[in-house]
Amino acid sequence: MDALINKRIKQVLKGDQNAYSDVVSHYQQKLYQVCYRMLGNKHESEDIAQEAFVRAYINLHTFDLNRKFSTWLYRIATNLCIDRIRKKKPDYYLDAQVAGTDGLDMYSQISSSDRLPEEEVQRMELQERIQYEISQLPDKYRTVIVLKYIEELPLQEISEILDMPLGTVKTRIHRGREALRKQLGNL
Amino acid sequence: MNACPKQIGEYMHEYLDGDISREHETELKAHLQSCDDCRQHMQELNSTIAFVKSAAVVSVPLDFKQNVMVRLPKGKSGIGVQRWLRRHPIFVAAAMFCILMSASLLTGFNDDKEFSVTKQPNLVVEGQTVIVPAGETVTGDIVVKNGDIVVEGAVDGNITVINGQYMASTANVTGQIDEINQAFEWLWYKIKNGGKEILSFLDKNK
Repeated sequence: MDALINKRIKQVLKGDQNAYSDVVSHYQQKLYQVCYRMLGNKHESEDIAQEAFVRAYINLHTFDLNRKFSTWLYRIATNLCIDRIRKKKPDYYLDAQVAGTDGLDMYSQISSSDRLPEEEVQRMELQERIQYEISQLPDKYRTVIVLKYIEELPLQEISEILDMPLGTVKTRIHRGREALRKQLGNL
Repeated sequence: MNACPKQIGEYMHEYLDGDISREHETELKAHLQSCDDCRQHMQELNSTIAFVKSAAVVSVPLDFKQNVMVRLPKGKSGIGVQRWLRRHPIFVAAAMFCILMSASLLTGFNDDKEFSVTKQPNLVVEGQTVIVPAGETVTGDIVVKNGDIVVEGAVDGNITVINGQYMASTANVTGQIDEINQAFEWLWYKIKNGGKEILSFLDKNK
């Protein structure tokens, strides 16, 4: 698969823009998933995941073909997500949520310091609850937990994506797990 | 949990990461058998992971790829040129060098508005005009900048006039006479001089 992707990348570098659509097809699901779990909002995750593909396209000449393209792409996407989380204004997508088709978006907008009343959390459906609990994690733990348990990536690859030592990744995963455990209480 | 060895918590995470050593694992298992608190802690961690992992796949919107393709920057030729330049930095460097060099030479031409003349005995200067009086002989080269030269006597050497005129009636000049008025000639003169200096320098060293 990597060989095919590299072939497409070379075609794009030669000026064949259409070859990029195969690259997008191959990674769009994974990338969108990461962004969604990081941001918890469909509109924003779509925007950020698309932005990640556009940035990758623009900077494609800097990509080292000997490395894994997905690692590089994940790095662009997670950086964009973290930037977005840090910049996020509480009322950024207020209109979008009201018109939203499901309740997921609503909870994700509440900043992580304000936890909802316990009875309300208990009433959530499982999927809603999962997204809510992930969104409650500080962003440095959220990133590693999403990459590890949603994307199921090996620790070594997470360390390359986030450009941090393996030890740091492990520490963050340990703390992230403990933080989640405390949030969940006795499930 | 407070009374438990501190490393037990670390072992739990090592275990969950799947990189626990055999000794640590044995120690952890033995401890979990005897300690209810730690056993519960471990169980909670396990169910936490199971909980996160039960997240459903969120499918990507149908028009996602199309939207990405629409957002891609157009104008590949521009990108091509940029990439070519990036791969061949020597051309950029050479172009920059030429621009800077010509700029400095041309400003040199425009800035030198002041009148100047090579110091030689028995030269007469009247305003912006240098006169070699009749009956006199000047030995050596004369360079006049932004002024004219009138030769009535004799000159044993070269005469160079920059931005000025050479006038002579019955002149007796043994060397070359150069008049330089255009920027291009000025450039040529500079280059020639540079060449000559290098040559004379080489000659001296021989």
